[in-house]
Amino acid sequence: MENKTSNTNFFKKFTNKIGSMTETNLLLTITITVFVLMYLGAMLFLQGGFLTPQNFFQMLNENATLIVLACGLSVVMITGGIDISVGGVTGLVTMCSAVYLGEDSSKSMWVVLLIALGIGLAFGVVQGLLVAYLDIQPFIVTLAGMFFAKGMTTIVSTKPTDIKHEGLMALKDTKIVVPGMSYVNSHDIRLDSYVEIGVLIALFVVLVLFVVLRWTKLGRSFYAVGGNSQSALMLGINVKRTKFLSHVLCGLLAGLGGFLFLLHAGSGSPSNGGGYEMNAIASSIIGGTMLTGGVGNIIGTLFGVTSLSTIKTIVASAGLQDGWWTGITVGFMLCLFLVIQSIVVGRKKK
Amino acid sequence: MNKVLELKNIHKSFPGVLALQGVDFTLREGEIHALMGENGAGKSTLIKVITGVYTKDEGTISLNGKEVSIKSPQDAQKVGISTVYQEITLCPNLSVAENMYIGRTKSAVQNWGKMNEDADKILQSLDIPAKATQQLGTCSIAVQQMVAIARAVDMDCKVLILDEPTSSLDEQEVAKLFKLMRDLKARGVGIIFVTHFMDQVYEVSDRITVLRDGKLVGEYTVAELPRVQLVSKMLGKDLDDMADIKSEAPESQVADSAKVIEAVNLSSDQGIKPFDFYINKGEVNGFTGLLGSGRSECVRAIFGADRVTSGVVKKNGKEIKIKKPLDAMKAGIGYLPEDRKIDGIVGDLSVRDNIILALQVMKGFFKPFTKAEANKFADEYIKLLGIKTASADTPIKSLSGGNQQKCILARWLLTNPEYLILDEPTRGIDVGTKIDIQKLVLKLASEGMSVTFISSETDEMLRTCSRLVVMRDRKVVGELKGDDLNQTMIMNTIAGGASDAEA
Repeated sequence: MENKTSNTNFFKKFTNKIGSMTETNLLLTITITVFVLMYLGAMLFLQGGFLTPQNFFQMLNENATLIVLACGLSVVMITGGIDISVGGVTGLVTMCSAVYLGEDSSKSMWVVLLIALGIGLAFGVVQGLLVAYLDIQPFIVTLAGMFFAKGMTTIVSTKPTDIKHEGLMALKDTKIVVPGMSYVNSHDIRLDSYVEIGVLIALFVVLVLFVVLRWTKLGRSFYAVGGNSQSALMLGINVKRTKFLSHVLCGLLAGLGGFLFLLHAGSGSPSNGGGYEMNAIASSIIGGTMLTGGVGNIIGTLFGVTSLSTIKTIVASAGLQDGWWTGITVGFMLCLFLVIQSIVVGRKKK
Repeated sequence: MNKVLELKNIHKSFPGVLALQGVDFTLREGEIHALMGENGAGKSTLIKVITGVYTKDEGTISLNGKEVSIKSPQDAQKVGISTVYQEITLCPNLSVAENMYIGRTKSAVQNWGKMNEDADKILQSLDIPAKATQQLGTCSIAVQQMVAIARAVDMDCKVLILDEPTSSLDEQEVAKLFKLMRDLKARGVGIIFVTHFMDQVYEVSDRITVLRDGKLVGEYTVAELPRVQLVSKMLGKDLDDMADIKSEAPESQVADSAKVIEAVNLSSDQGIKPFDFYINKGEVNGFTGLLGSGRSECVRAIFGADRVTSGVVKKNGKEIKIKKPLDAMKAGIGYLPEDRKIDGIVGDLSVRDNIILALQVMKGFFKPFTKAEANKFADEYIKLLGIKTASADTPIKSLSGGNQQKCILARWLLTNPEYLILDEPTRGIDVGTKIDIQKLVLKLASEGMSVTFISSETDEMLRTCSRLVVMRDRKVVGELKGDDLNQTMIMNTIAGGASDAEA
């Protein structure tokens, strides 16, 4: 009997704790919990590769670009907008860079970085101007941006181009050992876990954005505008500029994402970055960003990307290699998270 | 007392409308000043001129004796004029503290610790039951409103404008808000209080300024303006004159007939207090009261247009279930809504289709009328009501307001209801049509239909209704019939201070 009451007390405390959390923090907690449970589950039941630490780091290596793109999208989505041009911009950046570098190793890599950021910035600025100052729906503006970017990519070149630039290849092959994460493989050889340079850049972006969103006036303005733009205006926030900057930031990150794609894949192709915008949106949502704006967390987005990647790996390791199984699972997962979000938002108001 | 805010000779016009004509307004330090007037009197326009949403055409605004020019809400905030609107203008996804400080700090970096500390201090000093770190959306509307006030207070505002702050609060919340208002008053803040709740005005205000038709009627202290005087000033009817107007109300023709529709203890989610109501066969009665007193909400509850939260509706003594308007229509109740543009006409459909709409709904959409039937109905009522239209095929939106109204009236008459509710059927239409409609109402009643007639024009109500239900602040406060049916009695009952008038 006594036991029972202490149980209900605990339950009450638990629900109170949840009740007092902000939507952003609650969704973040849910995302991280889901990811950890999923990964532990995979380690327990699927074993194999999941037991080696490199599996986790390889997941980051593969998804550095997606992390950066999803970060940009989170910012736009928190502000209440959307950007579906990011995949197209990524593809355009890789193609332009590949064509610029060609087989000539004497060209500067910094120019490539400049090309990447320049293209991203250009898309961000134009789209931002249209969305913020001409009040056009962000979906339409960035849809146009996506078509434009894809079209431009094929104008630059239609054939996949491998990069043979020495400096860039050296960067691509640089492996950074993760200390304390060595493991023994099936041939009894001790191996070190490593990450690529792109992962460090992506994690740096996550860190910077986390700080910006949490502790700067601009970051909080993103939340305010996404929460209620009319109110934000009355509270003295420059709503147009805030929307504009969110798109600029997203465009810039899409450009950087293209550079990281190059560092990982080492080639330019019209198909590069295809579907990345949708994966980035999905990651953002799984990470607890709401399409309606005002709610979201960049750490959540990071876990959104890893969750998405993990579920894909799990489906593949479970013997369901066909593409549609991944699609079905991801669709189901997205749906689940949208339901969770609507429950969180519909929580009984105190 | 020092004058904080002084407006002189303010003019403002919009195309075709003189919204403000030479209005003066003075707010003193540490007073709560109610701004009263019916809808369209110019209250909102005046507030918007003060807050910089509109720019005035003429006149001067002075703050502490110095003339100021206010061009935007931001300008107003800078000089110390803050406004808390009816709809909360804060961000529900941010914390209470953030809502108090966002958009005000100059530094690019946010210091959470200090902000939360400062916010808690202010919340405590104003006795607002919220924590700085709480998400605003989890607070009640009343607390959210208080947070908005706290923000204004912390911005060191001299003038605080509360625009209909109590319309979505319950009684306890209103009491809390009033306590906060009195605290601020003690600190020397001048408060402009806009509301349509009379009781609340008399509870907290020191002074009242009355506007009517964009003109200043006068400024009074609460003590020198009894309620009935206030009502007469708002409506623009002189009390002495009104005593002479003898009621032209017809006797209740069928006095002992059965109650056709009866509502017991009815209330809806629109905030009206539970009320009882009945109507006899062949009777015309009405709801009266100031705008916003809950007249429409009452009839909407009967018709099932709002969600009913308690009470029953009986027809001929038997309880009927009305959950949605279609239930009411099937029970023989027709309702002509207050705003024909929103609830009534389907602008792009023809006059004919608009007329047969309600009957079609009752018959079911899968059993359409033949073209011949529809034409017959439409032509009959176009003739009967004298609707001026090029043809039955003309889109209804190209008709004048009065003729649109007649079409909607025709729509309900076609369903041959036993009980017809007309909510402001004569608003915005010309005098001739008004009289047509009044005559028609009386004719229908003499044929045995029961009609509830609601109008802002008391004359009209007196001419048509044999019994009036009087409302104040969403409560039924009285019922008048027979000899009591005259302007003076109506006003006394609305004001709720019958003794004032008699004294």
